[in-house]
Amino acid sequence: MKTAGEDNGRKPAAQAFSADRNQQIGAARRKAYATIRTGLSVLLAIGLFAAAQQDQQDQRSAFRFPDHIPVPRENQITAARVELGKILFFDPRLSGSGNISCASCHNPALGWSDGSSLAQGDGTVPLTRSTPTIINVAFDPLLMWDGRFRNLEDQVMSPIETEAEMHNSDELLIQTLRDIPGYVRAFEKAYPGDDLTSHTVAKAVSTFERTIISRNSPFDRWVEGNDKAISASAKRGFSLFTGKAHCVACHQGFNFTDDGFHNIGLRGNTDPGRYALVPVRVLKGAFKTPTLRDVAYTAPYMHNGSYQTLEEVVDHYDRGGDDKENLDPNIKPLGLSGQEKADLVQFMKSLTGHPVMLTLPRLPQ
Amino acid sequence: MIRLGPAGMILAVVLVSSATGADKYVVGQKDKTFIYKGEKVELLKIKVGDTIEFKNLDPFFHNIFSLSDTKMFDLGSFPQGQFRAVTFDQRGKIDIECAIHPQMHMVVEVK
Repeated sequence: MKTAGEDNGRKPAAQAFSADRNQQIGAARRKAYATIRTGLSVLLAIGLFAAAQQDQQDQRSAFRFPDHIPVPRENQITAARVELGKILFFDPRLSGSGNISCASCHNPALGWSDGSSLAQGDGTVPLTRSTPTIINVAFDPLLMWDGRFRNLEDQVMSPIETEAEMHNSDELLIQTLRDIPGYVRAFEKAYPGDDLTSHTVAKAVSTFERTIISRNSPFDRWVEGNDKAISASAKRGFSLFTGKAHCVACHQGFNFTDDGFHNIGLRGNTDPGRYALVPVRVLKGAFKTPTLRDVAYTAPYMHNGSYQTLEEVVDHYDRGGDDKENLDPNIKPLGLSGQEKADLVQFMKSLTGHPVMLTLPRLPQ
Repeated sequence: MIRLGPAGMILAVVLVSSATGADKYVVGQKDKTFIYKGEKVELLKIKVGDTIEFKNLDPFFHNIFSLSDTKMFDLGSFPQGQFRAVTFDQRGKIDIECAIHPQMHMVVEVK
């Protein structure tokens, strides 16, 4: 009969061995189980990581830049047309005052916009909206902040003829151009047999604008499979963009726009936006979703240029907008951390494409 | 007791619809297009009294409106999974659009 003292004191050798052995086996088993658990966790983590990567890969493909740009059949792109359009684009003689060209507001050095909150028209008087960039305008099914034009050919003459903008008239413009022999030759070369009219002016300028394409950005290279093309922060930003921050509710596809109209809740906005054209309640204060291509170069932001930086823009959406009246229901407070906001900005900066290389034209005399 | 599953209930609805002579159509809003029976639809021919349910299948809000003289309505905006129904009570051709996404356009021809 054993006493408690014996158990507590010395153990018989065989028993001690057995106990040690059991302990060893137990430890070995625990270690093995732990290893298996760790292994499984690692496998699970790898699996989740791979799934997340696959998910991000799938997400990425929705943003792949197309191989072709849409061009109307009746205004195909030719070198002569691009050249003529470029000359017209940079020529201030298209304006009534002779001082404003298309490039005055759509300045290639300023992201094909003007760096101002509000555009300045004839006599440098501010207009009511900011100058939208013309980057990737070839893909826009509707033009202007309120989408009032269905194609570039219809849009081009509008700012030229608007009193507050370039303040010219169809007749004066055509007379001016017809009096310049260099233009007569250039039009004949670009549109042989066609009269020099506002219609051919619009066609030429449209053709030039269709060549203002932002692509080959670090983001595009990442989409094509170069994992090192953008930073870890930008990758996290992309996940936020398509996930938690829900930016893709509006900024969809390769051009980062749904070509739609939304009231984003800007403080103090009284501009009816698209509602003035289409009187449906949801459009009160709604404006076209702009592209985010080259967005780092197109500040200030929003239709009224109310934000100077991308950080301010992200803050706006993080707050869920300011003015809640008729606010787009896709917009809600996001609860983003400081790091997440920074990641979104880094992502947007990865959308800067190769700049369009162009030689400034000598204007015809 | 006879239990109606979802399929049975749909059948019941169809039967009720048939009994009253009016049909119900379901048009989806998917990838910023209108789809009917899985295909993009630009023209849908229906008869007076029929109803169309517009169902949002996209992960963002859509709207449905018409400013046509025959049938003017604005069904507001609604999120994924929800639908808005409209019954067409007059003959004519009606342009239907999503105000948020103007590229979404279809014509309903009511005979």
